[in-house]
Amino acid sequence: MSAPAPVMFSPAASAMAADLGLRRGRANLQEFAATLQELAEADPNLVVITSDSRGSGKLGPFGKALPRQLVEVGIAEQNLVGITAGLAAAGKKSFGVSPACFLTARSLEQIKNDVCYSDVPAVLVGISAGVSYGALGSTHHSLHDLAALRAIHNLEVIVPADNFETREAVRYAAAAARPVFLRFGKAAMYDVSGDAGAFAPGRARSLREGTDLAFIATGETVVHAVLASARLATLGVSARVLSLPFVKPLDADAVLTAAQECGAVVTVEEHMINGGLGEAVAATLLEAGIAPRFRRVGFPDEDTVTGAQADIFRHYGISMEGLTEIARQLLA
Amino acid sequence: MTDRELEIKAVTLRREMLRVIHHAGAGHTGGGLSCIDILSVLYNRVLNLTPETTDSPTRDRYVQSKGHCVEALYTVLADRGYFPREDLQTVCHYQSPYVGHPTRKINGIEMNTGALGHGLPICIGLALAAKMDGGSQRVFTLLGDGELAEGSNWEAAMAAPHYKLDNLIAILDHNSLQITGPTREVMSNEPLSEKWRAFGWEVREAAGHDFGELTEALMKPPPEGTPLFIIAHTTKGKGVSFMENVGKWHHGVPSDDELARAVAELDVAEKTLREVTS
Repeated sequence: MSAPAPVMFSPAASAMAADLGLRRGRANLQEFAATLQELAEADPNLVVITSDSRGSGKLGPFGKALPRQLVEVGIAEQNLVGITAGLAAAGKKSFGVSPACFLTARSLEQIKNDVCYSDVPAVLVGISAGVSYGALGSTHHSLHDLAALRAIHNLEVIVPADNFETREAVRYAAAAARPVFLRFGKAAMYDVSGDAGAFAPGRARSLREGTDLAFIATGETVVHAVLASARLATLGVSARVLSLPFVKPLDADAVLTAAQECGAVVTVEEHMINGGLGEAVAATLLEAGIAPRFRRVGFPDEDTVTGAQADIFRHYGISMEGLTEIARQLLA
Repeated sequence: MTDRELEIKAVTLRREMLRVIHHAGAGHTGGGLSCIDILSVLYNRVLNLTPETTDSPTRDRYVQSKGHCVEALYTVLADRGYFPREDLQTVCHYQSPYVGHPTRKINGIEMNTGALGHGLPICIGLALAAKMDGGSQRVFTLLGDGELAEGSNWEAAMAAPHYKLDNLIAILDHNSLQITGPTREVMSNEPLSEKWRAFGWEVREAAGHDFGELTEALMKPPPEGTPLFIIAHTTKGKGVSFMENVGKWHHGVPSDDELARAVAELDVAEKTLREVTS
């Protein structure tokens, strides 16, 4: 008998999503690939570079449609980033695409020197990020990338929450004059944007209003914060949800306002709690003299629990139920 | 410029570079003296590049992968008018853009290098872009012996022939000496020519301080679809007797006395060359 498939959304969470009218979209990775192909069809100067990763990056159709705009480098991530930088230096709009776990670790020095320090307008795309590869284990997880990349000057770090933010982020990166890092997961995403308004560089997006507590979340964790906010509303707690597609630069105004108006902050990220979004938010608050009740949710500094992405999320509280409980404990 | 004129210039460039390093209080002396003749040939004879065309999309590109020998590059660029000669007085000083490795803030420098094993992959990107655009520009990089131990070079060594980049020319400053000692003792990179040929490159060897040989190796196009690897046989510390093949001059900075002795030697060398010429 086969094991039951891991479930990212419990029946109650799925019901809540339905109540909120959230539409189930596709994986951000698929949205990225489709958007990139649209842009590349209109701009022959746009090229994508892959390290035997076009399948993982959902770029098979791109490669078939636009073979002259795809450069394959084989399983050689250092070469991938160096070539991506060289193409950008020569005037190409280059997107280097590779699993985040390899791209941001093995070739970190190329990201730092060839792209950021040399200041070429390359885009680096970390695919299947965080614990997207789940059961494949820690070799394939990227829980360090936000911390590492935040510490490199001249790099914007963007982690979209849903298909809308993904589409906007890819368009933004394609037009950017300076280096950008994009981070995508491969699970199908709910559309959490609704009518939250525009995607603006460096700005947080307010997905739900609230006054008792603020969830400040990024990437694929945002939907769980949205569901937890709705669940908390049924319990009489008013929880704001900010989606931060830009982990760097951080929207300090939105973070400070949320902390001042709510008095309690829970950060949520698919990343180790060391050096990620939570620490960035904490530093912003403390330096402004604001000290709300505060909790970082992410992966602790330990051997990450094994299992699928859904299992790992649930284990560390990244679920409607988990975040609801964490918020109630913080407010107790 | 004749070979003899380049020989005289080689002496003056060495003198200038040693003064720069002495004034900076830091620098890579031995490797600079090793590669400065290669740089002089590139900037005086080979590159389709002038101080006025450093933004031209069709310019030839030079990326110095062995970025630590930047004082040699600064000296040659100043000599060619890419920036004012007086700027050399600020190398490695507080708030100067002329830091101890190449940066794009300096006119004529294409990429920020210095961590080893980066130049060749970058140059593949530059050469690929030229091919995509149908341009005739060439892309040059300069590698060091010790640097070849970096694995990224070998990722790039595979990729260049794969993409038939006959517009890519990699030059090895083959002085056989690195910071710890002889490369064959630290991590042998031999047999060199067999390695690069096996990867699919056209390999040429040249005497690295002979302007005629260097020019021929650099200017003769490689077979169609084949990247070019030039092994330039050089001497670390070349041109100053007490610096030649002596490990401590890898990044030794000459004292006042050592600078005076080196300059005196170079003055004699210049005088001799000029007498022979006249």
